[in-house]
Amino acid sequence: MAKEKEPAPRGIGGRSASARIFDCVNYLFFGLFTLLCVYPFYYIFINTISDNTLTARGQVLFYPMGVHLSNYVQVMKIQGLGEATLISLGRTVIGTVLSVFASAFVGYLVTKDKMWHRKIWYRFIVATMYFNAGIIPWYILMMNLHLTNNFLGYIIPGIMSPFNIILVKTYVESIPSALEESAQIDSAGYWVRFTRIIFPLCLPILATVTVFTAVGQWNAFQDTLFLMTDRRLYTLQFLLYRYINESNALATVLKNTGGNVNINLSLVQTPTSVRMTVTMIVVAPILLVYPFFQRYFVGGIMIGAVKG
Amino acid sequence: MKSVKDIRTSRAERRPLLPEKYQLFTMLLPFLLLVFVFSYLPLYGWRYAFYAYRPGFPLEKCEYVGWYWFESIFSNSYQVAEITRVMGNTLAISGLGLLLNCVAPAFAILLNEIHHSAYRKTVQVLTTLPNFISWVLVYAVAFSMFNVNNGFINQFMMTVGWVTQPVNVLASNKHVWLTMTLWSAWKSLGWSAILYLAAIAGLDQELYEAARVDGANRFQQILHITIPGISPTFLVLLVMSIANLINNGMDQYYVFQNAMNKSSIEVLDLYVYNISLGGGNFSFGTAVSMLKSVVSLTLLLIANGAAKMIRGTSIF
Repeated sequence: MAKEKEPAPRGIGGRSASARIFDCVNYLFFGLFTLLCVYPFYYIFINTISDNTLTARGQVLFYPMGVHLSNYVQVMKIQGLGEATLISLGRTVIGTVLSVFASAFVGYLVTKDKMWHRKIWYRFIVATMYFNAGIIPWYILMMNLHLTNNFLGYIIPGIMSPFNIILVKTYVESIPSALEESAQIDSAGYWVRFTRIIFPLCLPILATVTVFTAVGQWNAFQDTLFLMTDRRLYTLQFLLYRYINESNALATVLKNTGGNVNINLSLVQTPTSVRMTVTMIVVAPILLVYPFFQRYFVGGIMIGAVKG
Repeated sequence: MKSVKDIRTSRAERRPLLPEKYQLFTMLLPFLLLVFVFSYLPLYGWRYAFYAYRPGFPLEKCEYVGWYWFESIFSNSYQVAEITRVMGNTLAISGLGLLLNCVAPAFAILLNEIHHSAYRKTVQVLTTLPNFISWVLVYAVAFSMFNVNNGFINQFMMTVGWVTQPVNVLASNKHVWLTMTLWSAWKSLGWSAILYLAAIAGLDQELYEAARVDGANRFQQILHITIPGISPTFLVLLVMSIANLINNGMDQYYVFQNAMNKSSIEVLDLYVYNISLGGGNFSFGTAVSMLKSVVSLTLLLIANGAAKMIRGTSIF
């Protein structure tokens, strides 16, 4: 990582005026860009805890005004939000556990030269990264398998991830084979060797795989759009999308009829503050988890890059 | 600890029913089945492209039309216009995305010039954050900031007096390609820079020392050491994005799509969705996505061949 490298190459022979100007501009540029990346989240957050009339007028910009938490209490009453939260959490937890297990186990199995036609099966899995039948055949297949309007439709198709399998396989290959052979003396089967020896040793790479899979599951939107018409199976992401569009349409209608939008919006079903509060609830897990797992995120792309 | 005798007996008991090579294969088999069902079996669904398929009817009862849908892409004047428009959108947005590919290394080089390590680290961590936000959330953020009623951007522009009427950026057909690229940049620039930062960190520090001894200034060091040093990474990523020229995905465009900007935002993936799952013409949609798969596989092979020629190794 770049940040590990100290000292960074410095300019020589003191600092000329132009170098100092360059540094100033450079620091300023990155400061502004960082602000651009972070401020939207801060803006939404302060608006959710501020006075709703001020929020509806767009007056809360730098710090919360008239702090209250009733928005968070209010949105709990929105029908379907609780269910959607459960669905989102459920698919994230179950989907991630199964997918990480499958990546680990398959990643281990495909390193075994003794397997019957190992290379063919490995290629059979990896090749799927490079082609795609398209959404319609996929949709019709899901329909025939009765995975539409079925919670399992969120889980089963995502279990196998060729990319993660490659990551694990590469990692397992780097583990000294003596470690695994020490178990062979006890005549342990592959399953025991996997669970007792390989799995614990793979934890660093599995942490990366877990973080990526979980974020992917939490953020997934398309599968709900394609597969689920049952409201009880909507995820938070999908519900949020619906909310924004409903308030969007509502605002347009109000505007066209010449109504005073700013006043009306705070009275209608999905006012700005509610929309922002739902946004905050959907984004919160990512924001909360990100600082702690940031190094795993970065670790992932590095391994992927070496491999890719 | 087991005694030697114990081990012997347990070995004798556990004589495998299957030879080891099949035992391993049996353990893998359920996973292979999953891959087969969800990645290979859909290919069989390409046959829908040769029928006038209507959802709800079994395929056997639908009329077999041969290559009709494929021909209509190139002969029906309405379809030709539609496909031309969609391909224009697709290639324009992908083309701007290629430009973004060139911005990422510049971003990394400039960030590397920041010597205050805590500042650099903070920038790196915070600019990477938007990459982990879904497109729906990006849209929610965009809507909060740009909507005509109380988005603060419009409020601000009106207060300053740049505009008298709020500008509805989200429901406008102007500059759609550009705004979509800017949102991609906001989401992914920090993330794409990480690869380059790592590549820079991996460069031989002695090169820089030698250059300094020779009197090279920072700009010359960048020009003669950093840029050549990261160009292999750049080439690989460029090749990969060329391979994905017509695979823009659809999440971003779907969430930002509305009646006003539809004609400029419909990229190939979104178009396939709109005409099939949205419009009900499953067979035509399948035909279009079949063509798309073939073209993108060809692009991938060409890109891989190009990478082989440039770097001597293939990227796959």
